[in-house]
Amino acid sequence: MKIKEKLIELILKLCASITILTTIGIIAVLLFESISFFRSVSIFEFLTATEWTPLFSEKHFGILALLSGTFLTAAIAIAVALPIGLTIAIYLNMYAPKGFRKTLKPFLEILAAIPTVVYGFFALSIVTPFLQNIYPDLETFNALSAGIVMGIMIIPFISSLSEDALFAVPKTLKLAAFGMGSTRFQTAFKVMVPAASSGIIVSVILAISRAIGETMIVAIAAGQQAQFTLDPTIPIQTITSYIVQVSSGDAPQGSLEYQTIFAAGLTLFLFTFSLNTISFWIKKKYQEKYE
Amino acid sequence: MNNIRKNKIKDQTFKALGMLFTFFGISILVILIYNILRVGFTRISWDFITSLPSRKPEEAGIYTAIIGTLDLMLLTVIFAIPIGVGAGIYLEEYSKKSKLSSLLEINISNLAGVPSIIYGLLGLGIFVRYFNFGGSILAGSLTLSLLILPIIIVATREAIKAVPPSLKEASFALGASKWQTISSVVLPSSFGGIITGIILSLSRAIGETAPLIVVGAMAYVPFVPQSLFDAFSVLPMQIYNWTTRPQEGFAVAASAAIIILLLITFIMNGIAVYFRNRWQKKLK
Repeated sequence: MKIKEKLIELILKLCASITILTTIGIIAVLLFESISFFRSVSIFEFLTATEWTPLFSEKHFGILALLSGTFLTAAIAIAVALPIGLTIAIYLNMYAPKGFRKTLKPFLEILAAIPTVVYGFFALSIVTPFLQNIYPDLETFNALSAGIVMGIMIIPFISSLSEDALFAVPKTLKLAAFGMGSTRFQTAFKVMVPAASSGIIVSVILAISRAIGETMIVAIAAGQQAQFTLDPTIPIQTITSYIVQVSSGDAPQGSLEYQTIFAAGLTLFLFTFSLNTISFWIKKKYQEKYE
Repeated sequence: MNNIRKNKIKDQTFKALGMLFTFFGISILVILIYNILRVGFTRISWDFITSLPSRKPEEAGIYTAIIGTLDLMLLTVIFAIPIGVGAGIYLEEYSKKSKLSSLLEINISNLAGVPSIIYGLLGLGIFVRYFNFGGSILAGSLTLSLLILPIIIVATREAIKAVPPSLKEASFALGASKWQTISSVVLPSSFGGIITGIILSLSRAIGETAPLIVVGAMAYVPFVPQSLFDAFSVLPMQIYNWTTRPQEGFAVAASAAIIILLLITFIMNGIAVYFRNRWQKKLK
């Protein structure tokens, strides 16, 4: 009996340690191939050059060209999702009737359940032609429409997580503000949002991390041209869509092209890892505050 | 007086803005679904579902993609569920508040935030190249399993946490061992929550494209996978490929395939919500 119990505990422990192995695996794979990559390309060129042309005959390896595309689309997405998501969160928490909130929240969350390849198709076939009506110089592949659609996708991240944070604020704070004659608007912005600020910040950080790692929308709608630019109307390439481009072809193992996707992946991983770690610590601190 | 009026106007303006934005979110959903239905609905037929992919858009179908998706999901379920639920049980019931458990916790929360394409690179490095599985359905399902593991673990933990301690204490008082308590008391009463998490994680996996492209899923597979080591295609991969083709006919085919994919996703989410509601009522 005792042995069986111990054995089960051991098996369960092994299951849990697979998650550790996954992290080790990710870091090992990214580092291993990146080290080979940096034997042929200097880190200095990688970090400072502004051209990224590993698939051309004249090769340049400036990650800035991919990073500018990555941050451009992510910035557009956040510019769309943050004001809309936060306003929805405050509206649902402070203004909407109770039943309304309960039905609307899952409805908005459907937006997050739609596969990203569907959003990519939506951006390319509906949003881009629509934007071209307004601004005819917009190219077929562009950062603007990919960024906007990505923003729509992450609205529910911000609205749901921020609403949870607002919901967790002790009721007494809200009632005290009302008791002093504040309007809902004043209560929301002078009491609730500051009190829930750490939770709201966490939701925004997670949304940013999600946006820079998003792949299919940009791969379909933003083009395949790595350009060091902040012009949202022309085709760009992000780290993720570069990895897709190389993977869709047939890069032989050990070739420099094959290694570039791991070096690019490592760069992406470092960014999302830092963002996730920051949000984790804020979340930990914030939980303690209310317990 | 003037100030009060100003504040009231601000209050009402913001309320209107909130309603507008909420309505905006919902209407985007409606526009998206409407446009895809408008373009793709007429293309859906039994032929579309049972035809092989083709270079001619009018003849192309999703047979290999849909069978590939089903096979891939089946394998992912086999790999991910036991490990995910097992890890969840360990973290909630066994690991004490030790250094190891807080390390596991930070690690899982981080894994949940790793972009899916990075999991693709992991799968490429480990399963495709190192274990030499090639761009096979085995490599694809192992990669997806690792991707959804954090979701299953977190859902399992939440579900186990929600089981009233009195149930467990009663079981221990009857002389049941730890595992007996877990297997005959904790798991049955957290089943609804765990199954909700599993279905949601699968609905995420079914729409994943990026990691599978990296692992080597193909858009044109003229046969259904017969073994674990065969090449495969999946529905989102097929959609991606069709969206990159210039011919108008492929956009129609892509819309039709999206209708099928969305249908599957929504049905899975619906089932998950149903299980969650039933389980939450039962717990109360």
